[in-house]
Amino acid sequence: MVSSATAVAYTETPATSGAISVRNVRRVFVNASGEETVALERVNLEIQPGEMVSLLGPSGCGKSTLMRIIAGLDQPGEGEVVLDGVPITGPHHERGLVFQDPTLFSWLTVKGNVSFGLKARGIKEIAREVDDYIRLVGLEGFQNAYPHQLSGGMAQRVALARALVNHPKVLLLDEPLGALDAFTRMQMQDEILRIWEDRGTTMVFVTHDVDEAIYMSDRIIVMTPRPGKIQEIIEVRLSRPRARNHPDFFLIRSKILEILHFAGEIRENYYL
Amino acid sequence: MAFNVAEQETGAGLAGSAYPAAATEPAGQAARALSGRFETGRKVLIRFLPVLAAAGTLSVHLYVPNEQTFAINEEYRKVLAVLLALNVVFFGVSLVPSKLKDWLGENAPLVAAALSLLAIWDLITLKLGLLPLPYFPGPDKVLGALLEDWKLIGTSAFYSLRLLFTGYLFGAAAGLVTGTLMGWSKRWHYWVSPVMKGIGPVPATAWIPLAMVIFPTSFQASSFLVALAVWFPVTVMTGSGIANVRNAFFEVARTLGANERYLIFRVAIPAAFPTIFVGLFMGLGASFLVLIVAEMIGVKAGLGWYISWVQGWAEYAKVYACLGVIALIFSSVIALLFKFRDRALVWQKGLIKW
Ligand SMILES: Nc1ncnc2c1ncn2[C@@H]1O[C@H](COP(=O)(O)OP(=O)(O)OP(=O)(O)O)[C@@H](O)[C@H]1O
Ligand SMILES: [Mg+2]
Repeated sequence: MVSSATAVAYTETPATSGAISVRNVRRVFVNASGEETVALERVNLEIQPGEMVSLLGPSGCGKSTLMRIIAGLDQPGEGEVVLDGVPITGPHHERGLVFQDPTLFSWLTVKGNVSFGLKARGIKEIAREVDDYIRLVGLEGFQNAYPHQLSGGMAQRVALARALVNHPKVLLLDEPLGALDAFTRMQMQDEILRIWEDRGTTMVFVTHDVDEAIYMSDRIIVMTPRPGKIQEIIEVRLSRPRARNHPDFFLIRSKILEILHFAGEIRENYYL
Repeated sequence: MAFNVAEQETGAGLAGSAYPAAATEPAGQAARALSGRFETGRKVLIRFLPVLAAAGTLSVHLYVPNEQTFAINEEYRKVLAVLLALNVVFFGVSLVPSKLKDWLGENAPLVAAALSLLAIWDLITLKLGLLPLPYFPGPDKVLGALLEDWKLIGTSAFYSLRLLFTGYLFGAAAGLVTGTLMGWSKRWHYWVSPVMKGIGPVPATAWIPLAMVIFPTSFQASSFLVALAVWFPVTVMTGSGIANVRNAFFEVARTLGANERYLIFRVAIPAAFPTIFVGLFMGLGASFLVLIVAEMIGVKAGLGWYISWVQGWAEYAKVYACLGVIALIFSSVIALLFKFRDRALVWQKGLIKW
């Protein structure tokens, strides 16, 4: 479904831009009865330009909160996030965000959704580029479909195309593949990696899936909840393209599972 | 909107019932062919009903002796004859498969019922004299009134429509603006909502005395009243529609580079349109009411004025003729609004369309 040889006219973003530094970020939510939830507790993180980083951790450890802060949709109570030396104060099209839920504009067609960013920024000549991105995510023929006519996976791909068409320096992906079946998911992983390699966009990727994190990222940020903080950062020094069945892959995976206390114990007579 | 739901439900019902029929065994084939023929026979009969009804109505009018012998209109029998001829033609057309045939078949029972109602009306008035004149004239007299006075009724309809559109457009535009401001900004909501909560529930017709004093012409005064009646529901529904748009839409739009203006016009308003439409529809209903009342009381033109004027002369046939024209015009206007909604809300329909 996803053509690998799609010609998209990329304007090369120099790999020197797109450096994110998260400095001492703390975010506390207070609910109606005055109880505090520490979503992020003094998080520090340096992300290199053009790096692919994934945030991995159980539900509620603050992954989405961190993404929203980097996107500028949420303000940290303490600390700051800096992009290429400039503190982030609000949302900007140079930082694209694909939400956990695709949130397509239901009154616009696939084409209308994908072209939204360009039109919002007042860019006139968009037809070819929009078509290219629709093709890139394998949705040619669905240009004029409305969101309610799409499957969950298709909707998520539209959301991806909608963010990509803006050529962001930083692309924040909050579990973009969570709703997909295993096969489409692996296909989309390759697609995202291809775009990332072509364009040198800095990507931050939230996932619950350990294998996905290892397959995709340069570094894996393992987070733990209550309070949400970074437990450990694991560098994935595997060459690309990666093989999902390489022995080193398993090694890294068992290391992560140990950190998350899910490794279990290998008993005798366990293997066939 | 309720219409739509009903349509979808019947559609689903039909689709569902197609299954068991297709799954019947070959053994039942003969029986099905028989019942199929019976089915078509029944359908033909249903399509023939309007012809029967028209013929019946015409015979009642021609052959049942009249009780009220006063001023019988000669045109009515011609109209009935034309209706009979038309229904014979329709029946002929409906024997050949076509889109028109389906439409005719669907509406045949309704047409037959309407024609029968004419016969009943004729019977209880002209024929049997069960209802007193001049309050309850027969169909022939109402037709006669329409034919006699169609010029004045037409001019009145023109004045009413002019007033309706002027008032409605201003009211709806003002409602969209205040509603959007209220739904969008907390400060506007703070200041406008008390005004709206205070003034809104007052029926627009209660302002008639004041409006007549403030505005130099009665046309302006009644346009204002119609606009006021439209403004309230449009404001309320637009405001709440926009305030209830999912915040995630705005967040996505902002990360895509939308500024505030773009958020309002390209996200908030389209997302809230289903709710806004409810306000536009309610406003239209309110505007009809105010229009007729304002014309009856203040304006010296329009359908409302016409009704109260002919009532003054006890010409009830003309009152009914005018009521018929009002029903026709107002329901057409509503149909027009729904057409506009269907255009604007293609994205909301369950239809597969691209
Ligand atoms: N708007 C909010 N109001 C109150 N509490 C919030 C809000 N958003 C997040 N939280 C709390 O902050 C914590 C972190 O939430 P967050 O959504 O960042 O988790 P997450 O790591 O993305 O989880 P998941 O993997 O389930 O998406 C949770 O305990 C959540 O209850
Ligand atoms: Mg999350």
